[in-house]
Amino acid sequence: MVRYLIPLVVFVGLVALFIFGLQNDPHIVPSPLIDKPAPAFNLPTLQNADNNISLKDLTGHVSLINVWASWCVACRSEHPVLVKNAKNKQLNLYGLNYKDKREDALQWLNQLGNPYLENAFDETGKVGIDYGVYGVPETFVLDKNGIIRYKVIGPIDQEKLDTVIFPLIKKLESS
Amino acid sequence: MKRIMTCGLFALYLFTQNLYAADVPVTFDSPEKEARYYSLIEGVRCLVCQNQSLADSHADLAQDLRNEIIQMIKAGKSNKEILQFLVDRYGDFVLYRPPLQRNTLLLWLGPFAFLLIGIIVAIVIIRKQFATKTDNLELTDEQQQQLEELTNNKDKV
Repeated sequence: MVRYLIPLVVFVGLVALFIFGLQNDPHIVPSPLIDKPAPAFNLPTLQNADNNISLKDLTGHVSLINVWASWCVACRSEHPVLVKNAKNKQLNLYGLNYKDKREDALQWLNQLGNPYLENAFDETGKVGIDYGVYGVPETFVLDKNGIIRYKVIGPIDQEKLDTVIFPLIKKLESS
Repeated sequence: MKRIMTCGLFALYLFTQNLYAADVPVTFDSPEKEARYYSLIEGVRCLVCQNQSLADSHADLAQDLRNEIIQMIKAGKSNKEILQFLVDRYGDFVLYRPPLQRNTLLLWLGPFAFLLIGIIVAIVIIRKQFATKTDNLELTDEQQQQLEELTNNKDKV
């Protein structure tokens, strides 16, 4: 009897393993930057090439860095969510405009709305590389001291904001 | 005609196999550096199209990372430093050859564990078969009787 049970147990085990494997999205690679200081940068702002923005401008409060580009299709679906939540005082949202053309990016903001406090213009994508960006949109949550606490790969939706990001901001802000 | 076409296509296919995706010709001041460059980009995964190496990928990011690697080689960085640069940003997943560490133990030792299980199972099965074979050498009562009858008959002849 036990003899016949062994293949069954092995089979069920394998099926469980495969089901577990299918639940994971291989495109979401855990970032090694979590709980590490955000890489420093100093870039011109998108609105004004003569003004610069650096990491120091973001620290002091919990902030979000949203990596986006006007050529990025998924960013287009994410954008209305960001615009809708931009009025929320909790959300200090900064943009990292990644490998884009300045006029395209500015036109995007004019047409679709600007949810960002400020945008850094990363034309070459060097800062993107420092942040390990490989699939825009990506969003980083930085604590008051500029430590990366969380990263979202792919577009953010309202559910993600309500269930994960806003609670996290609240927690980081009070700590 | 069709055969010539097929041959031609196949030749073209073979020819393209050795081409790299790099669309800018790369020049180094020494063949040693060039060899390092090609071995490095073949060992690093492109995160945009995950089953391609940096050498194969046409993704924008792959091009940028190839440029970064070229700059670092020219600046005299070692292979170890260059790979560390990539791992710091994208994680161990970028390496096609994962390092032996705590969370990769199963990956590295798993095959040997399975081999060991296989050997144990084989030994058990072979032993069992061997045991049943030797058991069968004993004759049943019926067979014993048959044997006796046969040998008795032989005596009578």
